[in-house]
Parts: sequence; C-alpha cells; structure tokens
Amino acid sequence: MIIIDVKKRLFGSKGDMDLDIKLDIKEGSFVSILGKSGSGKTTLLRIIAGLERARGNISVDKEIWLEKKRVLHPRERSVGFVFQDYALFPNMSVKENLLYANADENLANKLLNMTELDEMKDTLPTTLSGGQQQRVAICRALMRKPKILLLDEPLSALDMQMREKLQLEILKLHVEFKTTTIMVSHSPNEIYKMSDFVALMEDGKIKKYGNPKEILLKTSGSQKFSFGGRILDIYKADILHIAVIAIDNQIVEIVLDSNEAQSLKIGDSVRVSTKAFSPVVSKVK
Amino acid sequence: MELNLEPFYLSFKLATIVSIILFLIALPLAWKLSQSRSKLKPIYEAFSALPIVLPPTVLGFYVLFALSQNSPFGAFIEDIFGVKLVFNFYGLVIASCLYSFPFMLQPLQSGFESLPKSLIEASYLCGKSSFQTLIHVALPNIKSSLLTAIVITFAHTVGEFGVVLMVGGSIPGETKVASIAIYEFVETLDYRSAHIYSAIMVAISFTVLLLVYIFNYKQKKIGFLG
Repeated sequence: MIIIDVKKRLFGSKGDMDLDIKLDIKEGSFVSILGKSGSGKTTLLRIIAGLERARGNISVDKEIWLEKKRVLHPRERSVGFVFQDYALFPNMSVKENLLYANADENLANKLLNMTELDEMKDTLPTTLSGGQQQRVAICRALMRKPKILLLDEPLSALDMQMREKLQLEILKLHVEFKTTTIMVSHSPNEIYKMSDFVALMEDGKIKKYGNPKEILLKTSGSQKFSFGGRILDIYKADILHIAVIAIDNQIVEIVLDSNEAQSLKIGDSVRVSTKAFSPVVSKVK
Repeated sequence: MELNLEPFYLSFKLATIVSIILFLIALPLAWKLSQSRSKLKPIYEAFSALPIVLPPTVLGFYVLFALSQNSPFGAFIEDIFGVKLVFNFYGLVIASCLYSFPFMLQPLQSGFESLPKSLIEASYLCGKSSFQTLIHVALPNIKSSLLTAIVITFAHTVGEFGVVLMVGGSIPGETKVASIAIYEFVETLDYRSAHIYSAIMVAISFTVLLLVYIFNYKQKKIGFLG
C-alpha cells in the first residue's frame, strides 16, 4: 500500500490555499489526477517525489518517505518523475540520459527498444521531436525501476495521434515494470483509457476518488448523453437562437429557445445533454 | 629601445594564478548560493559584491593592513612559513583574489540560476548528489557563463591597478605588472613606451573579448543553455 496523508499551505495567485490530501493507493495501480489548474495537482506529485516540503506522512510499501522528523531526499526515494518540460540533460545523448539514472546498459537498450528509440540513442535530446523527448523522459524515469512513476501532464503538448501512441506505450511500461503510476491529466479520454482509479482534485483537496466510469461519466437520471462544454458563440438565425459550443476538441451547433438564449452568454461553461433518443454509431472510414 | 616584456609576463602570470584559485573557490560557493533558499542569501550576495563598488584603495588599504607583519594574520604567516605577504607576489595574488572574486562568482551564479529548476531536480531524482549534479549536469550546461566568468576574472586581474599598487608597490620582476609600468612611464614622461604598452594591452584585451563573444555566439546557435 502507498499511504499519503500530507498537508501544505500554498500561496497562489488566487490567494492562499491549504493542500490537504489523504490517499491510499494499491500497489501496481494506475491512478490519474484530474482537476483545474491551480488545484494543487503538480504540487502533490512534487511532494510525493520529495521536491517540495510538506507536513504529514508518506509511506510506500512500509518504507517511510515522510514522517515528522524523517524526510527522505528525492534521490533516496524510489520514484521516477516525468516533468512537463521533460527536463532532459541537453549535454548528454539519449542513451547517456538513461545511463545517468542507472548504469544498466541492458535495461537502457531494452527501454529504447520498447519505445522505438534505438536509432536515436546517440543523438542529443534538443534535436528530437516533442514525442521523442517525452519517450526519453519516460524511459529515464523508469531506469531506476521506481516503485512509483509520477507523470505530470505527460502528453498535453503532443498531437492526438502521438498521444494515442504514447498512451499505449506508457500502459505497456506500467505493466512491464510493475510500478504504481500517478498521472496528472486533463483529458477524460486519456484518463478513461489508462487508469484504474481517478482522483478529482479541487482547491487542494480530493473531492472524489473512484473508478474512471464513476468519476467521468456526467450523465444523471434519464440522460443518455451529457457533455461538458463552453459556449463560443450565440447567434440568431431567423427566429432561432443557435449556440456554438466547444466540447473537448469538437464544435457543435445547438438550437436554443429564447429563454435559454437569454440566460446564457459567450464563455459560459455548460452541460449539453439529451434524453430519449438513440444515436447512430458508425465507423469512420 | 628594447621592449621589456616582464610587466606583461607578470600580469598574465598573476591573472592565470588568480583565475585558477578563484575558479576553485567560487565554483562551490556559486553553486551553493544558486541553490540556496536561505534568508541570509542577500547578505552573502551583498558581501561578495563589495569589491565591485569599493574604491580599490579601500580594499588595498584593508588588505595591506591585514597582511602586514603588524596584524595577527600577517605575523602568523611570517612566523610559520617565514613569508612576508606584502610588497611581493604572494600579497598581489591574495589582494587580486579578493578584488576579482565577484567577477568569478556572479557569472557562475547567474549561469546556475538560469538553468531550468527541473534539470537539477531530475538529476536528484536520478539518485545523484549535489556534487555529482554540479559536475555532470550544471557545469556542462552553463559553458558560456563559465567562459565569461573565467575570462572576465582574468581580464579584470590584468587590468587592475589600485589594489596592486597599494599592496605590491612597484618592484620590477616581482610586483610591477603592466598597468603599473604604464603608470610609471606616464609619470616619467616616457610617452613612447606608454603608447607601446597601452597599445599592446588594447590589442590583447580586444582579441580575448572577441574570442569570447564568438564562442558565446556559436554556443547559442547550437542551442545550449546558459
């Protein structure tokens, strides 16, 4: 079991906030953390890694990482961290980056092979594409066979295709290395595909914890479809009002009645849901 | 007239020794300061920057006072090693080290501070100590700051005058460095020699700075940090 019970006062741009997290994580599980920016997600990861101080307890597999007087330095924690900016060492080649973490040639070759980076192993990271740098960062984080792998929005800077490819690779590595993985992500799609559990964070607290289906599905009652979106535009076409709403990466037009049109304005967060209809699902050629 | 190159030789010998000593002293300090979150940090920084603002004569006066046989430190050194520290080359090295210290410290510190924090953290998470991080990650990624620090320190030591005059005097072959030689030529109205010496100083200084800028420009092109 990984037991996290930490408190920290955060001084943010929107005022101060108390981070207060209690989380018990089963070893080997894949946990995603979802939440608005400024809710303390990255800080939580940094506290687990030991990069940020906090009060409380962290124990991993009965090993104590944080207790009153006992604070393990990041280098003493069995943890891999993938930074948002990847943080690859620019003076070392791809392979040297991996070997710096752990001088195990075989493991480095295996990881490079699994992530199709064989051919790049002697190049400097600055010449790689975003997706390739990301893979190097993940490989390097795994070189020490960490008990916990922490991923801070690992895929947010990549395009859709690359995201999907890397999602599978991360899952493969997660299983192969038997780590417990904690990933910060904004994408429900990604979280649903990858995680065993989801923690929804709000203002430094965990608001909900459960399996992805419970947390992510937004339908309630007799609703068949329910999506969160944001209004981009409302315009009048003859007697109708039409709202243009962005839902995730897609845009839809929805007819509003005049009451709705008056109560909503551009920029509002809305929920789009329908009842009692059966959609057609067909394969995209 | 035969050109006596000894003052130049002395200047460069002094600058080389001072640069090496200061590099070894300032490197760990700059690293510690860059990583420090101590509330005392501004005090350390202000103290280390003092030689930049103090008149060389003030610094020279204190150094002279501290190193002379009349001070406990000067007396101690003379008793133990039988070495006098003023009006000789040793005194010059000590005084120059103090005087040029911020010129080595500051570029190194700002180089370290310009590194992305995550790079240092990533190194710790690779299981490395602070010293290993300094050698393998921090230093190789601040090449241009490193070069700037060394060159500026070197050039500043070659170019110093006041402190050297106070602590070293003008003993030929011992403490008479190029800048002091030029001063003496002017005082004795030997403008021809002063011109030659000065022109040599300008040429050397320009060449060194040019090489630094070319190097830094190339580094930026390659895309190295710092």
